[in-house]
Amino acid sequence: MAGPELTGAPLPESRLTRWRSIVSDWAADQRTFKHVSWGKSMMWIFLLSDTFIFSCFLLSYMTVRMSTTVPWPNPSEVFALHLFGQNIPLILIAIMTFVLITSSGTMAMAVNFAYRRNRRKTAILMLVTALLGAAFVGMQAYEWTKLIEEGVRPWKNPWGAPQFGSTFFMVTGFHGTHVTFGVIFLLIVARKVWRGDFDTGRRGFFTSRSGNYEIVEITGLYWHFVDLVWVLIFAFFYLW
Amino acid sequence: MAHAVNHSAPAEPASADVHAHGQQPSIKLYLVVWGWLFVLSTFSYLVDYLQIQGYLRWGLILLFMFLKAGLIIAVFMHMAWERLSLIYAVLLPPVVVLVFLGILLIEANYTLLTRMTFFVTAP
Repeated sequence: MAGPELTGAPLPESRLTRWRSIVSDWAADQRTFKHVSWGKSMMWIFLLSDTFIFSCFLLSYMTVRMSTTVPWPNPSEVFALHLFGQNIPLILIAIMTFVLITSSGTMAMAVNFAYRRNRRKTAILMLVTALLGAAFVGMQAYEWTKLIEEGVRPWKNPWGAPQFGSTFFMVTGFHGTHVTFGVIFLLIVARKVWRGDFDTGRRGFFTSRSGNYEIVEITGLYWHFVDLVWVLIFAFFYLW
Repeated sequence: MAHAVNHSAPAEPASADVHAHGQQPSIKLYLVVWGWLFVLSTFSYLVDYLQIQGYLRWGLILLFMFLKAGLIIAVFMHMAWERLSLIYAVLLPPVVVLVFLGILLIEANYTLLTRMTFFVTAP
């Protein structure tokens, strides 16, 4: 995995087997995550903790859906939109999924261009990512408005089990909040890239250290995670 | 997952800066993964649109979900290019969630049983 062809420099560990490399990394009296900056490893650890938060949401959703004696509302019908003279099931959610996946693609390319020190393309791709993220949040606001107008509340809804509303608002609300913070994070970093902060070594927010282009990758990790969580929500909440 | 992507990642004729951060995958790889995510999302949507039901539905939903999650983690999040010590530190702990899942499956069934026994009146 971390062989010479991938990291650029030959490593002494490449002679060890995979498992021995793990043991030696974790048993080392130096840093465990070699060649990984503190910022990136902390983002990974944060994402791991966030994984547990969303796991708890989805597991509690599973528990209330399994244990209710009232029929669960059919998401396929609840989230249908009346378009072109017919009801298309789940169409808004499908569009939201495609928008978020597209934003993940532009983010991945922004990271790539950041490491090539292409400021212009990096900033533009990050802005496109932020724009798609904002579009996603906008569509979610529309979805919430529509459902609230139809009488969905955290404690009741017109179609069946009342737990539907509470889990829906909790899960999608928490995810939408993540997307919103991601958009803000993207705009801040995109501005710094555009201004050339990482070329001139200008000192910046949070740490007052001069940053480098790795912050684009770290932002990207967060953004891809948000997309990843949506994949799970789409599967378990909307399709199940 | 991580191993499979590794081989398909073409080497990049890189500048000095790219070398300093290890080999970067090419833009083409991202576009291919992006295309696959679109296709897999369309398949997931079709599962609902075509009203596939029962175990086939749940199986297909899970299959497409895991494929999409794997592509995002391995390629977009660069997990395929990380050291094993980081990969296992991130990917192993969520497996413990499965234990919690098992506990809650039992709990949910038990709650349903008691509700059916004591609260549901025959029509």
